[in-house]
Amino acid sequence: MAEIRLENLRHSYVANPQHEEDYALKRLSITWQDGGAYALLGPSGCGKTTLLNLISGLLTPTEGRILFDGRDVSHASPEARNIAQVFQFPVIYDTMTVFDNLAFPLRNRNVPEDEIKIRVAEIADMLELTKTLHKRASGLTADGKQKISLGRGLVRPDVNVIMFDEPLTVIDPHLKWQLRSKLKELHLRTKRTMIYVTHDQTEALTFADQVVVMNLGEVVQSGTPIELFERPQHTFVGHFIGSPGMNVLPCELRGGQAFFAESPVPAANIGQARIAGRTELGIRPEFVSIAEAGIPAEVVRVADAGRYRIVETRSHGHTIKLLLKEGGEVPSGHTFLSFDPAHTQVYEDGWMAGAHR
Amino acid sequence: MNKTVNNKAWWLVLPVFLMVAFNALVPLMTVVNYSIQETFGNNEFFWSGTTWFEQILHDDQFHASLKRQIIFTGLILLIEIPLGLAIALCMPRKGPWVSVCLVLVALPLLVPWNVVGSMWNIMALPDIGLLGKGINALGIHYNYTRQPISAWFTVVLMDVWHWTSLVVLLCYAGLVAIPDAYYQAAKVDGAKPWAVFRYIQLPKLKHVLTIAILLRFMDSFMIYTEVIVLTGGGPGSTTKFLSIDLVQKALGGFDLGPAAAFSIVYFLIILFLSWLFYTLMMREEAK
Amino acid sequence: MALELIEITKRVGADTHIHPTTLVLPQGSFNVLLGTTLSGKTTLMQIMAGIQPPTSGQIRFNGKDVTHVAVQRRNVSMVYQQFINYPNFNVYDNIASPLKVAGMAKAEIDRRVMAAADLLRLRPMLKRRPSELSGGQQQRTAIARAIVKDSDLILLDEPLANLDYKLREELRDELPRLFAGRNAIVVYATTEPVEALLFGGNTATLHEGRVTQFGPTSSVYREPKDLVSAKVFSDPPINMTPVEKRGGELRVFDGKVWPAGAAGRGLRDGHYMLGIRPHHVTPLATDAASGELEGRVLVTELSGSESVIHIDVGGATWVSQSHGIHPFEVGTHARLHADVDQGLFFTTDGERVS
Repeated sequence: MAEIRLENLRHSYVANPQHEEDYALKRLSITWQDGGAYALLGPSGCGKTTLLNLISGLLTPTEGRILFDGRDVSHASPEARNIAQVFQFPVIYDTMTVFDNLAFPLRNRNVPEDEIKIRVAEIADMLELTKTLHKRASGLTADGKQKISLGRGLVRPDVNVIMFDEPLTVIDPHLKWQLRSKLKELHLRTKRTMIYVTHDQTEALTFADQVVVMNLGEVVQSGTPIELFERPQHTFVGHFIGSPGMNVLPCELRGGQAFFAESPVPAANIGQARIAGRTELGIRPEFVSIAEAGIPAEVVRVADAGRYRIVETRSHGHTIKLLLKEGGEVPSGHTFLSFDPAHTQVYEDGWMAGAHR
Repeated sequence: MNKTVNNKAWWLVLPVFLMVAFNALVPLMTVVNYSIQETFGNNEFFWSGTTWFEQILHDDQFHASLKRQIIFTGLILLIEIPLGLAIALCMPRKGPWVSVCLVLVALPLLVPWNVVGSMWNIMALPDIGLLGKGINALGIHYNYTRQPISAWFTVVLMDVWHWTSLVVLLCYAGLVAIPDAYYQAAKVDGAKPWAVFRYIQLPKLKHVLTIAILLRFMDSFMIYTEVIVLTGGGPGSTTKFLSIDLVQKALGGFDLGPAAAFSIVYFLIILFLSWLFYTLMMREEAK
Repeated sequence: MALELIEITKRVGADTHIHPTTLVLPQGSFNVLLGTTLSGKTTLMQIMAGIQPPTSGQIRFNGKDVTHVAVQRRNVSMVYQQFINYPNFNVYDNIASPLKVAGMAKAEIDRRVMAAADLLRLRPMLKRRPSELSGGQQQRTAIARAIVKDSDLILLDEPLANLDYKLREELRDELPRLFAGRNAIVVYATTEPVEALLFGGNTATLHEGRVTQFGPTSSVYREPKDLVSAKVFSDPPINMTPVEKRGGELRVFDGKVWPAGAAGRGLRDGHYMLGIRPHHVTPLATDAASGELEGRVLVTELSGSESVIHIDVGGATWVSQSHGIHPFEVGTHARLHADVDQGLFFTTDGERVS
């Protein structure tokens, strides 16, 4: 178990990186507490897998340092770092039994056989694999195999961090919640540092206490699920997290107030705006409502999502979505919209005004 | 996926069926025909029952060449399979050297069989050949036309040179197909190189190795051209393998009946041993 | 004008893949086949297309029997879960391919390809090959090829299943627009109830080779005919519990008593199955007739803007879906409220009664 510190880390796959675009991972510094559950979330190609491979030691950083409990491991091999990893597709040793699979990392480290038996039995019990311990591992279902991959990490008492790379890809959708539940429970029980990499918001937010959202090789926000939902620091976070994503509208700042198409819109962070660069308003569909007066809009389409309805409106050439509760009255034609001021934010060049960068 | 039943599809298979019939079934039936009859020419045949089979099965010459054949094939497999696997493991998996290695390895496979025989024939000559002269220069008495041991050594070496490449290529293809995640997981689990080989590479190469063993077994069991060019089965009949024996019987003695019976026994031995190999390898799988 | 399946069945060997099914899909309609994997969606689609013949029954198109007409001679397009394009054609040629096969004039091909490319926002990548496109763009190309030739029948077999969820969201938004105002009959197979809901149109719920219900999507969702249809059309899964109704009360598990609610009030006393959709079970108390649930939290799934809480109530799993982020910790004790007014009542045999 360890605290993980990344200091001015940067990575490029190009031999002699000259420009900012040459870097698959732009400069970043983060500290992850010992025993925490973290997630790296972002679309494909955002740099999250590069970051994962840097931490696990499969890649060596171009610049910067990686510290495990203050010890510099930037150039150490994966074995020397004492980490464990669960991959997208289950990796098991086909010819071995479940028991031998779980015992493998211990046997490689010459742990006495009596101790191996105790450790394996304990981990198998946690993962509900006890009944299959003496079966060939290749005969198990996908979720059983993923549990074995995870078990090989948990079985070692000295593991610094366990990393997950999209571990639920091959799991049947109807079984996913059970594995999510198991992972949460295991984290609570073992208090290991865990890092979970995924492109799926549900996976990330469900697993982690702290989610690091990445885009284009850069960290755009690191925060709790509530922070990401209520105060997205970047329009990308607002768009990427939540379904449907945040409405982003161009706006003009004049005399300490924001205007969308000449209508004044009160915003929570208007005081921090510096009136420089491209300015936008961000408001989640959850915080838009139909009103008697306000921003004029035309209802384009209403889609029923069961629990709620998604109302799509057009206003001055921009699409604004809002959510209506099930059973509520369905608007049509010409109407007015009002934005909840507490959840309306001003963004400057994509970043929330007043955000710490 | 659900399969659709459509009987018209059988018509599409018909041409292939006819071709197989002409290529394999008709000649085979001719051989069977010869093996149970006696002929003195003029297309006159007399029923002879199992006489030729009994004769072949009790023939000392046949026993001797079968024994030589089994030793030869056993040696070939014992050398070529581990050697081919070892070379494949040493080859680079990425980078510019991949294609260079592949071409170098594939070269021997491109040489026609009779040329292989002549090449080694010249190379192994004790007075002027590079190999023959070299060995003699080391103080070892070597002459493949006179000494059975030299002859065997040369024949085996030639086959290893010619065919190990096939095993290398098959194993290499199998190795490249193993996803990176397996190697990464092994690193993370702290596996030593031997453990990586034993628990990842070897199990994943199983199918490929089965195919390699079967191909090398069948080919070496039927070896003819290279040996006839190199040693002609000699000295004496020390390198006279089954196929050479068969040709001598059929063409040399014009004993068509016994030769036909010989071919059928030969064919059945190959079929049986291939089946045995295959079931043994696959039974492991089912466990 | 319509596609009619009349008493269609499909058997392969001893297995019945499709039980007798009758469906009428009118021209210009959008129809969703909703069911889990192996429920028979793909088989039914292949029968509609003519890729497989049915074992018995008849398929009529515009009143004409087409049961044994091969797929090549019906005017059908298909889009699959895998992104299927010609790898060595660029996007333009991929979209144009069905028109070239039909021998259409060059100018007309050009006009149509451009129109389809505009609809699917593929204009900037017309010169690229499929391998140079993202997954979303590859699937857009496949969809463009399906709509370019004015097919009578367009079949989409889980086309969004292999896409990242943001791309899926985007295409879910666009697809209904794409087909609106066309004459084609569109059939869309999916495992995800939310897709059926968002697309509207008609929905057929499938379970083990049977169409359990068919009708306008919102009525199939809100008024399921039986327990199976309700289960198929619910994600997260609908909560189910046996209840005994006595007077204005429901005896639930552990001797708990719930009010009978608006739906249960009129029922005769007796044993029923009560189904409550996850979004009618909330962590917050409501003023409506509500039933209390207490149990251990198994997991809280957070999806950005909503929370799905799974709790264990005396061995049975209950699921709540609510707005906002409610991070209930695994292993803690939680109290939830089921809105019985919104409950669905079934007989113990699974027939809907109220």
